[in-house]
Amino acid sequence: MSWEKHKIFETNSIILLIGILVVVSIGGIVEIAPLFWLKSTVEKVQGMRPYTPLELAGRDIYVREGCYLCHSQMIRSLRDEVERYGHYSLAAESIYDHPFQWGSKRTGPDLARVGGKYSDEWHVLHMKDPRAVVPESIMPGYPWLAERRLEAKDIAANLSTLRAIGVPYSDEMIENAAADLKAQVDPDDDGADALQQRYPKSQVRQFDNNPEFISEMDALVAYLQMLGTLVDFATFDASGPNLR
Amino acid sequence: MAKPEIDSVTGVETTGHEWDGIKELNKPLPKWWLWVLYASIIWSVAYWIAMPSWPLIADYTRGVLGYSQRTVVAKSLEDARAAQSRFLDRIAAADLAGIKADPELLQFSLAGGAAAFGDNCAPCHGRGAQGAIGYPNLNDDVWLWGGTLDDIHKTLNVGIRSGHPDTRDNAMPAFGRDQILEPAQISDVTDYVLSLSGGEANAEAAARGKEIFAEQCAACHGEDGKGNIELGSPNLTDGLWLYGGSRNEIADSIRNSRAGVMPAWEGRLSPETIKQLAVFVHSLGGGQ
Repeated sequence: MSWEKHKIFETNSIILLIGILVVVSIGGIVEIAPLFWLKSTVEKVQGMRPYTPLELAGRDIYVREGCYLCHSQMIRSLRDEVERYGHYSLAAESIYDHPFQWGSKRTGPDLARVGGKYSDEWHVLHMKDPRAVVPESIMPGYPWLAERRLEAKDIAANLSTLRAIGVPYSDEMIENAAADLKAQVDPDDDGADALQQRYPKSQVRQFDNNPEFISEMDALVAYLQMLGTLVDFATFDASGPNLR
Repeated sequence: MAKPEIDSVTGVETTGHEWDGIKELNKPLPKWWLWVLYASIIWSVAYWIAMPSWPLIADYTRGVLGYSQRTVVAKSLEDARAAQSRFLDRIAAADLAGIKADPELLQFSLAGGAAAFGDNCAPCHGRGAQGAIGYPNLNDDVWLWGGTLDDIHKTLNVGIRSGHPDTRDNAMPAFGRDQILEPAQISDVTDYVLSLSGGEANAEAAARGKEIFAEQCAACHGEDGKGNIELGSPNLTDGLWLYGGSRNEIADSIRNSRAGVMPAWEGRLSPETIKQLAVFVHSLGGGQ
């Protein structure tokens, strides 16, 4: 009887535990480890760059306010989604997201490509009182975002922390983080050009139409307006050799 | 346990496990269960061969069927386009007036345009295209940048202050914020602008405001205040106000200017969809 061979596991909990670990590890190695080498895990695309300091601050507000609880950032490869929201999301588009904001529930619409879809003014109105522009909306209002000064003293530290986990922020980007954050809301700022060189396709303007101070609204709208705008789909080949 | 013990009552061998004198019979697995297991194993081997399955080092087994979600969605988009090609090909080829003149294309465009409007335009212009403060009503006869099919089509394509290279754009000075006019002058001009549409205004102030208007505002809004579609400057005499027609709201517009933004849809929506939207919006009631 095989009972005898198995007896050592069934009568010794530590050995049973080690046995379970070994078996589960094999499953893990087969299923998870190849993702780090498979070329098709993350596609090669043109145009991805790390978030600008202002966008990153806006992203933190997005997370703080729990936007992900109702909004996904993941357009699935289904016809109705692609027709409504645009090209399906690519893994490469979330490569600098820590943590990613794919979400799993849509009470509101997907936001993966919301950038450029509405005007800044619309976002500000909508955030203050969603029903002012969309009467049937059930989204809560976030009026305080426009009144609160953006707390961003630790923005350079934030960038270097992200660098430690693999986001390619350069020394120059980290050094200029605070200046870049300020420059992005002021097209007349001397640093605006340098910001756009460091972060291609970054949008520089007064997002909340209140030049008196940089508000949390500025940051959040800057973040929303860049979502899904980076990857150049003209150079993306969905049927490329490693992209299936 | 050296050799299998046979249970004397049933004649079946026991497993040798014993709990307080109770022993377990070593019964075979039910046949149906076993066959389901074997069938699953065969199925999984067939699945490995047919579908993408095993990860390799830098690649993975593709499967002989070549299935991929990305090709499936590409195919379903293609099929949908093909199913509508009877209309879409003609919409792509026709000009806007031609679409409107063809009852079949018109009907298709009104339905397609309404769907695209709901997804893309309704958040600002409203479900019924009734507009809101700052977002024009598309059902009325008032058009800032023109209400012909071609005007609407162009506005959809390039947007307003959208950043598109050909975007529709104008800039009203912020007469108060940039200290072009004194507060008293702004108050006078407000009276005059109110009087243009028959609003309640102080006649004396309006008379003073008229002179300032002629100097500062008439270049864009016209001597008579009727605006200019070429410049996108609104008619101030029709009593319809994008940013509100109260004294305070008008004064605020003069003081700080207004600069609404509409995104450019070229590139985001297909050319055929934009044509359908133009025809749909034109049909809403105010099309010229």
